[in-house]
Amino acid sequence: MLNAVLAGFVLALAAPLVARYVPRQAGAVLALVPAGLFVWFLNNAEPALGPGIVERWPWAPLPGVALSFRLDGLSLLMALIISGVGALILLYAGGYMQGNAQAGRLYATLSAFMASMLGLVLADNLIALFIFWELTSVTSFLLIGWHFREERSRAAALQALIITGGGGLALLAGFVLIGLVSGTWEITALAAQAGVLQESALYLPILLLLWLGAASKSAQFPFHFWLPGAMVAPTPVSAYLHSATMVKAGVYLLARLSPALSGTDEWSLLFTVTGLITLLLGGYLSLKQDDMKRMLAYSTVSSLGLLVTLLGLGSKLATEAAALYLLAHALYKGALFMVAGAIDHATGTRDMRRLRGLARALPTSALAAALAGLSMAGVPLLVGFVAKEFIYEAALAGGDLAWLLTLLLLAGNVVFVFVAQQMTLRIFRGTTLRFEHFHAPGVALWAGPLLLAALGLALGLLPEVTAELAGAAARAIYGAPVTIHLFVLPGSINPMLVLSVVTLIAGVVLYRRRVAHEPWLEWLDQGPQLGPEAAFRRLMVNLPRFAERVTAFLQNGRLRNYVLTVVGAWLLLLALTWATRGGPGLPSALPQRLADLRFHEIFLVLVIFAGLAGTMLAGTLLVLIVSLGVVGLGTAIIFILFGAPDLAMTQFSIETLGVILFVLVLYRLPGMVRLSPRGTVLRDGVVAGLAGIVVTLLILVITDAPLVSPLKSWFATASEPLGHGHNVVNVILVDFRGFDTLGEITVLGIAAIGIFALLKLRPGRGARADAPKGESGP
Amino acid sequence: MSSIILAVAARLIFPLMLMFSLFLLLRGHDAPGGGFVGGLVAAAAFALFAFATSVTRARDALRRSTFHLIGLGLLCAFVSGLPGLFGEQPFLTALWTGVTVPVIGKLSSVLLFDTGVLLVVVGVTLTIVFAMAEADEEED
Repeated sequence: MLNAVLAGFVLALAAPLVARYVPRQAGAVLALVPAGLFVWFLNNAEPALGPGIVERWPWAPLPGVALSFRLDGLSLLMALIISGVGALILLYAGGYMQGNAQAGRLYATLSAFMASMLGLVLADNLIALFIFWELTSVTSFLLIGWHFREERSRAAALQALIITGGGGLALLAGFVLIGLVSGTWEITALAAQAGVLQESALYLPILLLLWLGAASKSAQFPFHFWLPGAMVAPTPVSAYLHSATMVKAGVYLLARLSPALSGTDEWSLLFTVTGLITLLLGGYLSLKQDDMKRMLAYSTVSSLGLLVTLLGLGSKLATEAAALYLLAHALYKGALFMVAGAIDHATGTRDMRRLRGLARALPTSALAAALAGLSMAGVPLLVGFVAKEFIYEAALAGGDLAWLLTLLLLAGNVVFVFVAQQMTLRIFRGTTLRFEHFHAPGVALWAGPLLLAALGLALGLLPEVTAELAGAAARAIYGAPVTIHLFVLPGSINPMLVLSVVTLIAGVVLYRRRVAHEPWLEWLDQGPQLGPEAAFRRLMVNLPRFAERVTAFLQNGRLRNYVLTVVGAWLLLLALTWATRGGPGLPSALPQRLADLRFHEIFLVLVIFAGLAGTMLAGTLLVLIVSLGVVGLGTAIIFILFGAPDLAMTQFSIETLGVILFVLVLYRLPGMVRLSPRGTVLRDGVVAGLAGIVVTLLILVITDAPLVSPLKSWFATASEPLGHGHNVVNVILVDFRGFDTLGEITVLGIAAIGIFALLKLRPGRGARADAPKGESGP
Repeated sequence: MSSIILAVAARLIFPLMLMFSLFLLLRGHDAPGGGFVGGLVAAAAFALFAFATSVTRARDALRRSTFHLIGLGLLCAFVSGLPGLFGEQPFLTALWTGVTVPVIGKLSSVLLFDTGVLLVVVGVTLTIVFAMAEADEEED
């Protein structure tokens, strides 16, 4: 399975080349890979539907992170959708992007997305799943912002990234909690820990974090608004990511974690309510759209709400309905999106007010739309119909509030019927309009949607296959054996059938009335601007402002304040720790140590003190620098006295270079100015003095205690046999702790570049071409 | 800053300092010294040279841009960690050939690592010194 995922990434690398050398057939050529993956997954269906296929590659063994994959019923269903729709989408993109010089970029990003999405649904390790989850967010960002020169695209892409990325962070936190509570990162092993997880005090936090992750990814209220915004992307992207696959990731996650986490009141309440609000809100918003893609987007939001509701219910029936609907929706919504794109491509508009009677001009697209629309509306013989029967059955068995649940689901489904008619009757029927730049779409643009829509019919007519596929998925979600008994037509008249008929009639009536612009439906258009998006915009405006204020407060450009803040905060924290936890007493051996001092040591300390006094009282910069030098050299001599020649040598070199640097800048600095008033100096002096005294005391206290760490003696003895060197300091630096050193010199290099930039690119001087090559001169 | 005494002294001291830097690097593993100090000494040598003549000539004497030195140093340090990987050992595991070359001493990946440290230190220090000195020269 690793190979399947990698194949997608390799495809992404190869895509630009294919697009360059065979621009006309690029889509078809590239589609071969996902098609091959589709066949591969089908071939593995039998073991996958049985025990499941497991693959495991060690990654970071210590914390238990592995690149483990698992193909079971749910993964198989998703993988088939991803690879199957993926192949059709690449084919479709080939037609959609014909002649576009940037097509290679689209193919590459689409392929990378496909690989990430496959990884997401196959991953059996929480951390691996999270990585793939984030990869889909990133590729989605790139695809939404495909027209990156347009402000609108960039804004929509950023919005989607911030929302899904933010949700991803919450998800990571949730995963970490799950891992801590259950003691495992393997998703398969989680089901056995369901009791531990659900009784843990952290269960509710875990649930809320998962909710944030899943709701943001699957465009649930209140995060639903990013999805319609994402419609600025090219249509292949909308059809693939934003209807069939990526937005299902949140739903998939809930389904995947259902065995471990579902079944509690909290779970049901949280996800049923979220799902229902989203279902109705999405439906309401889709009613008033004139743009085909936006309408479909809101309808997708609505469908995702329906799926989340079903998973929230968590009953056996609801699980079966969710699996069936997941499949049906991917087929009909993907097809409808592609039809919308083909119409846009042919006529240059997506505005349904300007489209009419397209059936004659686009007969194949019309057929695809009709089949997909019938499935969406839930007309018998199509897979959408059986899905809806199961949804109603699950709702009717929904406990005390079954009637309310059924009513709300009915309302949502009526809107689906309405949207289905918009996408078929409204635009394809009637007298043909003339378009100025009409050009008929090629086979690539209608073959994909037609195949998807026809599949919806085929699966409706072949209940055994559908039952097998959806049943295996339901089993994985439910965590117990599930067998779906499917039918083409129900054997008898039952409540579900009645509800289906009511749905259809209500939908048709709603459509008729709305198209006729009946006044009592006008209120639909008056809807208020909705809250969450406005709130998000305000947040995005105010966050930088807030950051600016904090920065202005903390980083006010005065070095003396920074030092005061750092040292002051440190002292405060130390005092707090001391007060709350207690601290060591005064160093006991102090008198003894003072008596041990030798004459030259006292003399050296006095010299350093003199240097310090000079630093503080200096009247000119030159005196200041010389005084600082005295302090530095004095310190170096201390190093020599106490047996640290390496340190001393380094200190001497640094002092020398320091003097050189000071000489260089001395004349450029303003004269010695006393910046602070006497009071401030006094305050700073107190803080500095306190810090000095505290550090001294701490060192004395610490060295009072016997050194228990075995490190010192270990380094001393191991240096020669293991590191082949007698200079322990050097052996530690370049061998034992070499990795630290590598990090440090990397930081040094980066710092040098930063300093160079500060010195060379001061504002007002502009970038200069001098420096690195030594061409500059006086 | 033109002074005959400085110019003559610099010409004499410059090669000596570079040799001292190399000496520090090579003896570092067994006695006080090492790449870091060696780098500082070498940087001081070039800084002195720059004072005595000009930054341009110091840059010419260096042959490479200071950024090249930083990159080269990091590359050396990084590459020195790779041999360990081939022996199925962690990155940066030291490799000792057991061969002792006169003057250089024991050949090992550690020496390459320390050379990398030296190059980075020289590069970083001189980047700063040269940039400051050039700013100074411009205003003269």
